[in-house]
Amino acid sequence: METFAALAHGMAVAVQPMNLLYALVGVFLGTAVGVLPGIGPALTVALLLPVTYKLDPGGSLIMFAGIYYGGMYGGSTTAILINTPGESASMATALEGNKMAKAGRGGPALATAAIGSFVAGTLATIGLAFLAPWLVDFAVRFGPEDYFALMCVAFVTVSATFGDSPIRGLTSLFIGLTLGLVGIDKLTGQARLAFGIPELLDGVEVTTLAVGLFAVGEALYVASRRHHAEEKIEPVRGSLWMTMEDWKRSWKAWLRGTMFGFPIGALPAGGAEIPTFLSYSTERRLSKHPEEFGKGAIEGVAGPEAANNASAAGTLVPLLTLGLPTSATAAMMLAGFQQYGLNPGPLLFAERPDLVWGLIASLFIANVMLLVLNLPLVGLWVKLLAIPQPWLYAGILVFATMGTIAAKPSVVELSMLAGFGVLGFLMRRFDFPIAPVVVGLILGPIAESQLRRALAISLGDPLVLLQSPMSATLLGIALIALLAPFVLKGLDRFRASED
Amino acid sequence: MTDLPRGPAARRVDRAGVVIALALAALAAVLVWDSRQLPATTMYGMGPEVMPVVIAIGLGLLAIGNLIDALRGDLPPRESADPRAVLLIFGGLVLLIAIIGLGGGFILATSALFVTTSAAFGRRAILADSAIAVVMSTLIYLAFDRLLTLSLPAGPLERLL
Repeated sequence: METFAALAHGMAVAVQPMNLLYALVGVFLGTAVGVLPGIGPALTVALLLPVTYKLDPGGSLIMFAGIYYGGMYGGSTTAILINTPGESASMATALEGNKMAKAGRGGPALATAAIGSFVAGTLATIGLAFLAPWLVDFAVRFGPEDYFALMCVAFVTVSATFGDSPIRGLTSLFIGLTLGLVGIDKLTGQARLAFGIPELLDGVEVTTLAVGLFAVGEALYVASRRHHAEEKIEPVRGSLWMTMEDWKRSWKAWLRGTMFGFPIGALPAGGAEIPTFLSYSTERRLSKHPEEFGKGAIEGVAGPEAANNASAAGTLVPLLTLGLPTSATAAMMLAGFQQYGLNPGPLLFAERPDLVWGLIASLFIANVMLLVLNLPLVGLWVKLLAIPQPWLYAGILVFATMGTIAAKPSVVELSMLAGFGVLGFLMRRFDFPIAPVVVGLILGPIAESQLRRALAISLGDPLVLLQSPMSATLLGIALIALLAPFVLKGLDRFRASED
Repeated sequence: MTDLPRGPAARRVDRAGVVIALALAALAAVLVWDSRQLPATTMYGMGPEVMPVVIAIGLGLLAIGNLIDALRGDLPPRESADPRAVLLIFGGLVLLIAIIGLGGGFILATSALFVTTSAAFGRRAILADSAIAVVMSTLIYLAFDRLLTLSLPAGPLERLL
């Protein structure tokens, strides 16, 4: 079994003392930042990107894995204790978990979230380890036209298919694609949308965009509607331990959540929202205590948390094997690879197996560390939550701008950060999704260069996109995924007018 | 008061939505204008000027889509927002950029942002916050500039350290 050999090799890389230390630092930082309200895993990774700047690629990717999983754990703590989910995937957790905390069962809620995340993360990472080599074998045969078609599928599913409004999702995507055009065209050296400003020739930095949209935008948005609601931290009362009954009610939910999360995360469909809500509604239907749902049912925390973590590991499948980010967090991970000039994909598996398998192995280690660290340290995390809101957001903004100041201390770059902050604020206010902008910025230039490569090989014949059965199928899927929400909406309206 | 809704179907035109649609159309125009300046290449396939036009067409269609949503009043409801808080934070960012641009250094710049943000979130103790801000940003400066050797811009305060 080559997977076992590769994984064993990866383990040997990951358990080197220095790498263990990186994983530990990553897990710790990831949880600490992820626990702050309003900071989801994507922003956690974006904020901590400059910290890893000076490390070697191997160590920094391992730290990243820790930050990624740590951010997820931290996010669920916030959702349970103050009912402000940092991202929509924690919404289901907040729904039941916060009710449990209010009823004095915050400890078991945190425990089932942590253990569920561990179970799901471990199972899904095993899935990743076995699925990845298989997918890599498949992906080596991909031509540029197939890659282009695959990216079209990702564009559509990330922005249009599953959101509230396909128009607003696509608008976000196209803003991202526009930003991706800025700078020197890699194939011809022509400058696009640079307007004669030298700083723009390098293009828009992914971290500047992400930190602007997520951190500055979020701070502006929260400040603008501070007068609406005060946040309240629920103290963790009573025992941290789950009772026999809690275990009995949780374990099936963890496994079912994993079954939802991993496959949906691994498809280039993006987002953990669907599996978490599927898991929530399934648990509600199967529960022996349906009356508790909405009042603090432990299954309602266990299932969605497992689904959330499993899908986070699932999104690493297209990211590592195809270089395809399907969520904002995965897009930030890709930015992390790119800062070392590494491009995830089948080639990376062949050229740097130590790096890829070291990363996968360290995901297991990060998971164990989180389980061991998090429950005993929950008191510390709760203290972080108690930082008064004015200082918290002031501190977040100082750190957010520090990353940009350290990377490129120019007025243009900082103005872009402020501009993206205002954009993020407006997008939140008018309910445009944020993730498609980041995905568009990262994937847009890659999709364009794949398309141009395909057309250059075919001597300019656009039919090459339809001649490869793979790319024809994928483009068909993209088209269906694009039209489906409009057709369904039209049907709804038709039915409504008939009634 | 003649323009009261006449039925459930007649909803108000969302002005902000119309502005968004216009902004998207303007962005599309900028893309087309910029791509015109690129020399057409003679190589096979697609030159650098094609993709901006494709994206501009997409933006144009989305501008129409957003306009229809706005005219129908189909946008999700919005809660009232506090413009003062937003302007305070934005002012803090402008201050930060100005201080960095004029060589005032990291500590002063981030302290200004810290104080305005904290005021935007309702704090009134500006002196106390300034003290906290200067201490915190000095510690950050020492940690990142000296320990992690990231280069942060130095101004008069940093040179004293």
